[in-house]
Amino acid sequence: MDLFEYQGKQYFARWGIPTSPGGVADTVDEAVARAEEAGYPVVVKAQVKVGGRGKAGGIKLAANADEVRQHAGAILGLDIKGHVVHRLWVEHASDIAEEYYASFTLDRQARQHLGMLSAEGGVEIEEVAATNPEAIARLYIDPVDGLDLDTATTWVGAAGLPDQIRDQTAELLVKLYRCYVEGDCDLAEINPLILTTEGKVHALDAKVTLDDNAAFRHPEWEEYAATETEDPRELMAKEKGLNYIGLSGTVGIIANGAGLAMSTLDVVNQVGGSAANFLDIGGGANADVMAAALEVINADPAVKSIFVNIFGGITRVDEVAQGVVDALARVDITSPIVLRLDGTNAEAGRAILAPHLSDRLVAEPTMLDGARRAVALAGK
Amino acid sequence: MSIFVNENTKVVVQGLTGSQGRFHGLRNRDYGTKVVAGTSPGKGGTDVDGVPVYETMAEAVEATGADASFVVVPPRGACDAILEAAAAGIRFIVCITEGIPAQDEALTYNRLIEEYPATRLLGPNCPGIISPGKTNIGITSGDIALPGGPVGIVSRSGTLTYQALHELSQQGIGQTTCVGIGGDPVPGTSFIDVLSAFEADPDTKAVMMIGEIGGAEEERAAEYIAEHMTKPVVAYIAGVTAPPGRKMGHAGAIISGSQGTAQAKMEALAEAGAVVARNPTEAGTTMVEVVKGLG
Repeated sequence: MDLFEYQGKQYFARWGIPTSPGGVADTVDEAVARAEEAGYPVVVKAQVKVGGRGKAGGIKLAANADEVRQHAGAILGLDIKGHVVHRLWVEHASDIAEEYYASFTLDRQARQHLGMLSAEGGVEIEEVAATNPEAIARLYIDPVDGLDLDTATTWVGAAGLPDQIRDQTAELLVKLYRCYVEGDCDLAEINPLILTTEGKVHALDAKVTLDDNAAFRHPEWEEYAATETEDPRELMAKEKGLNYIGLSGTVGIIANGAGLAMSTLDVVNQVGGSAANFLDIGGGANADVMAAALEVINADPAVKSIFVNIFGGITRVDEVAQGVVDALARVDITSPIVLRLDGTNAEAGRAILAPHLSDRLVAEPTMLDGARRAVALAGK
Repeated sequence: MSIFVNENTKVVVQGLTGSQGRFHGLRNRDYGTKVVAGTSPGKGGTDVDGVPVYETMAEAVEATGADASFVVVPPRGACDAILEAAAAGIRFIVCITEGIPAQDEALTYNRLIEEYPATRLLGPNCPGIISPGKTNIGITSGDIALPGGPVGIVSRSGTLTYQALHELSQQGIGQTTCVGIGGDPVPGTSFIDVLSAFEADPDTKAVMMIGEIGGAEEERAAEYIAEHMTKPVVAYIAGVTAPPGRKMGHAGAIISGSQGTAQAKMEALAEAGAVVARNPTEAGTTMVEVVKGLG
């Protein structure tokens, strides 16, 4: 789960990572109130989970209340790469002397944590990595050992940051590492990490991705989850506990297992169609889960046909078939459904379906045949 | 021959008294796996359908001489269970648990290699390992596997593993061993670990490899194939059409930017000499041709 900048900064604050004083605003009046609290000049920043906010006009400097009104009014409702701005972060504007970059993430190849620190911040780090890889000081951290202050201090030196801020930067990095580990982040990134003209180092931005698997030990994450998605299809799926991602095609997809679901998307694409969604119903595909999945897909007006691709391993195909039949009795589905059911007890499953088959409910023997039929039906 | 496990492997099911542990543990036993014990804190001295349950792994190993374990424990206890098994001297651990926090997984992986270098972990979040006709540790349905070889299967995805087993078995092609390495960010066993074991196994004549988007494990496997594999490899990668930056169900199946795309992985594997199929069905039919060509 990605956090908004303001959520990331609030998260950082729990580990004592310094940020600029500021607050959240959903209206122009609130923006002015936050600005008065933070002290002018302020920066008004659009809260969207997409890069390039500045270029899109989503970040503006304001010297007084009138300017805050003007900018907040313009930014609220702004569409930035398909993300509409509903919330602002208003913070005291910093006098920036230098901009750096700092982050922690898991390096899957090394199977260790990777810290990246660069004196060249404020720009896309991918760009720095591509054009000037030596400008990034990489530190591999064994999770068993963690990051201590001495190592962090040496690292700051290796990154070429000024000597006079070495200690405070090292302290900040140790805090960021603790936030990353204890806070169960997949990514904790500060870009830019700034040096102010007063000689203080602090986080001007916050990019935090939380590890959804750790939600069970972070009850406080519920407030973040509430703001996670705006896609009405995804909200509905989430309410029903389904693993769903909305896409822009016309063939609704239901499959069991993430790999098979991804593969189903690919095959639909290969035969000339496009998927309306990714939906993995997991191992236990009973009638309740199937009904919920069909309901979510049925609610998407772009869907013209539905492809249900199930391979029974532990899940028995006859149970899945019964689930589909029961679900269809409960949910009124507007699009034709193509079923491909294979694996354990496939014969028994097909026997259950046989009396229900029609031009609205079609069975196909293989994944490829099923995809072709679903794409043909969507094209009608 | 089979890799990592065989008909003599003695397995302890960690979490045998839970509903999942009981279901899969007894299913494995019914398949022929030597399920010699279970563990469950507070339930020592009881039994599950005749399988004795012990308080700790140390006791279970002491009493039965087990050399493998099957971890069916919820995410918050799974890493402790893995380390407990390793400390008790278990050399091969299968962990099917889905949803372990990445921080715990990274820490456990590094503790294992530092403190228990002789222990191999398969998973977490994997379907397990099956050597058809010999042993089955995990959640794979034994019915869809066919004994006798000559194909070895290694896969990052659960249901696609079943799909691959099914496609081959339907065509009358058996499997020596089918290994699901799992889709998590820090798998205990990598593609390369399994590929090298298949390369060394005289009964395995060809390998089917199933990967997916995210990370660079498939690219590293491609390098290994180019340099070390003499046996033919048929590969399939899921997720060509996956949108960037979104998690597709597995912790592992995420791509950011150009790294880890299905296209890049397919190109790397093709360059390494693997036959790359565009979908699971094609992977099956391609393998049929490869096996015919083995003579």
